[in-house]
Amino acid sequence: MQMSFTRTMSDTRLIFLRYLRQTLRSKVAVVFGALQPLLYLVLFGPLLSDLVQVRGFGAGGAWQVFVPGVLIQLALFGAGFAGFGLIADLRSGVVERLRVTPASRTALLLGRVLRDTVVVALQGVLLVGAGLALGLRAPAGGIAVGLLFVVSLAVSVASLSYVLALRTRTEDAFAPLLSAVTLPLMLLSGILLPMSLAPGWLDVVSRFTPFRYVVDAARAAFLGDYATAAVAEGTLVAVVLLVVSVTLGARCFRRENA
Amino acid sequence: MIDARGLARTFTTGHGTVEAVRGVDLAVAPGEIVGFLGPNGAGKTTTLRMLTTLLAPTAGTAAVAGCDLRGDPAGVRRRIGYVAQGGGTDPAVPAGEELDLQARLYGVPGRGERIAALCARLNLRGLEARPAGSLSGGQRRRLDIALGLVHRPPLLFLDEPTTGLDPQSRGDLWDHIRALREQDGTAVFLTTHYLDEADALCDRLLIIDGGRIVAEGTPAELKRRVAGDVLTLELADASGAEPARRALSPHPAVREATVTGRGVRLTVEDGEKALMSLIRALDGAGVELASLSLSRPTLDDVFRTVTGRSLRDAA
Repeated sequence: MQMSFTRTMSDTRLIFLRYLRQTLRSKVAVVFGALQPLLYLVLFGPLLSDLVQVRGFGAGGAWQVFVPGVLIQLALFGAGFAGFGLIADLRSGVVERLRVTPASRTALLLGRVLRDTVVVALQGVLLVGAGLALGLRAPAGGIAVGLLFVVSLAVSVASLSYVLALRTRTEDAFAPLLSAVTLPLMLLSGILLPMSLAPGWLDVVSRFTPFRYVVDAARAAFLGDYATAAVAEGTLVAVVLLVVSVTLGARCFRRENA
Repeated sequence: MIDARGLARTFTTGHGTVEAVRGVDLAVAPGEIVGFLGPNGAGKTTTLRMLTTLLAPTAGTAAVAGCDLRGDPAGVRRRIGYVAQGGGTDPAVPAGEELDLQARLYGVPGRGERIAALCARLNLRGLEARPAGSLSGGQRRRLDIALGLVHRPPLLFLDEPTTGLDPQSRGDLWDHIRALREQDGTAVFLTTHYLDEADALCDRLLIIDGGRIVAEGTPAELKRRVAGDVLTLELADASGAEPARRALSPHPAVREATVTGRGVRLTVEDGEKALMSLIRALDGAGVELASLSLSRPTLDDVFRTVTGRSLRDAA
């Protein structure tokens, strides 16, 4: 047991480094990956400054509502696209080649997920930094909690994206399914505008989607309201999602003919 | 190296169950090069995927490289090398990085030297920094083989190793595969569509069709056993064809004799030995011979005899 745990850790590190190098190799991925969060802030953020007065927008400044939302969006979309990389590796035969080595099956998943998570986390830090420069004011502790939510969501979403990629195996099947899942999830979670603005029925529907709770929790954290039901619910949802997603992913990667 | 008994795999699809492999028994000795021949859909790849732990068998047992396939798949993986038909490299990743990762995953001691030695041996030196996608077809295939050999496995699986290569690269690869056995005693289990490849490379052949092994033996044995040599006689006068057929049919070596236009086509056992007495029989019947040709059976003939189809058509 001890042996296999050590093995999984060292294999995870090897796989992580392989895919980190892959990301760094692509100049477009690096430049656009850094630019993307800034685009949200610069091209969408200003629209919100006058909305603060609208009833239901929530407490705090526009940036305190908007930045946590974009953070969660980063996790949802950045990590959600991870499956495309796996499909490319399925086609090139890399997945099969690695599966015939004694590498831990779990590591083949975790190494990839770790890379995706590091990329999302770095984008998140960049986003918060740019937000601060543009006028975001939030307690350091709240920002840290928000980033923890992002990391936990990135792990979950990347794992689920890999499960979906393994099931579908082609971009043609994966891409439409991915948008079919992520678009409603994004809209219903109140990422761009808080759900407190929503009419009753929409608010009810959004309570059935997990990201809603995480977004609300991250917003509360950015306001410095840590001991609230919102943070507790968000934490619970994030942890349950994490455990379920990673378990599902690991089981999928361990299956003999995956 | 391999000892498989009753290996079977059934797939469940929307339309019911498909028996891809129906009870395969096979054995491969250390240092042996064994070819696995069969048309697409015969169960070749499914069998290979089972033996390399990529697919769980639905029935049967197998010991691969000394480890039980079901009980210790991780042990099997440590001791085998596998080169898939399409290879297994990311086109953007430099060859050297792929080799390094592979060596680390297998925990190869003296990684750098091992990789350098492999590159020297497989003519990959100087290509380590090049992305796999920029290599030629032959170079990429040699890189795939190097990846399969990094940990010095006693058993190497090659799935259609020369498909898509030009004739020179094919011959070159055959030499490398033979050298593996001669220098390291590596056993090689390869699938192929090419009969000349099976003929040139393999000590022993297994022919699979419809999920079962339908013939087995050395290339020479198989040819002798199922086909026989073909002797084509052309006569000076077409009217002699029928008398010639009647004169030759009773000969003990002749299995089959058919009239073809102005000649006779015979399937003969051990043609070279029977040749003289056949000509004498023809002479005795007063038939004048214009020309004759004796051809050894090809593996395609073997395949046709065993399965009733040509390998080329089936593929």
